[in-house]
Amino acid sequence: MAEFNVNKHEVGSVNVLDLKGYLDAHTAPELEREFNKLIDDRKYKVVVNFKDLNYISSAGLGVFMAYVETMRENKGDIKFSNLKQDVYNIFDLLGFPMLYEFYEDESEAIKNFNEQNKD
Amino acid sequence: MKTKYKIDRKIEIKSSTANLSLVRDFVKKAAKDSGFNDETIGKIILAVDEACTNVIKHAYHYSNDGDIKIRAVFDKSKFKVIITDHGEPFNAKEIPEPNLQEYHRLKKVGGLGMFLMRKLMDEINYSTGNKTFNKVTLVKYLK
Repeated sequence: MAEFNVNKHEVGSVNVLDLKGYLDAHTAPELEREFNKLIDDRKYKVVVNFKDLNYISSAGLGVFMAYVETMRENKGDIKFSNLKQDVYNIFDLLGFPMLYEFYEDESEAIKNFNEQNKD
Repeated sequence: MKTKYKIDRKIEIKSSTANLSLVRDFVKKAAKDSGFNDETIGKIILAVDEACTNVIKHAYHYSNDGDIKIRAVFDKSKFKVIITDHGEPFNAKEIPEPNLQEYHRLKKVGGLGMFLMRKLMDEINYSTGNKTFNKVTLVKYLK
């Protein structure tokens, strides 16, 4: 069975999800649970760090599509950071860069949230 | 088993998403032994994962006790992965290619796998045998 886990930490008002392993149709429900918890806690500013994620299929990508609108409706967003090139290529094939922000590093994504707060 | 192909391997799994990683490992090895580079192997693995996920979802409706056969064949620069199931017939070729902007706007998640398969592979062929089985063949050419 594929290994996958999500670790969560907070930096100020931003919630960072660190993904590790393989995100496929089997493991995507685990990520959904994390997003449901964030929404229950009214935490809508999310950075997803892909540093340790080796693999993603459309089931994983679908999770972000399912939750991004709720986050944006509540003055938050889902921003992505630290993607390996081949993982980014899949997001690119499905048109994500038109609609989501991607950052080289987690700290840049967090900084962007904080700058938006000043407006 | 005698075969006319240079590589001809099979794996049979139950229709559980827990087995997707087994399929990925199987395809990874067959593609590597056929001489593909890591980038192309990654594309083939994802396309086969999407095809099997579709079978589990559409042919077996997430029931874990269906059978899925996966056969990997390589000969004369043509790498084929043939996925067969005996679940409910589903006509994958009738699914239109999505307009991605609309897709994101409507939060439509299904169909993305099919879209990826078309993008990642050189050819995709579907057949349903007298409504008793579904078969999808994914082809990649070694360049």
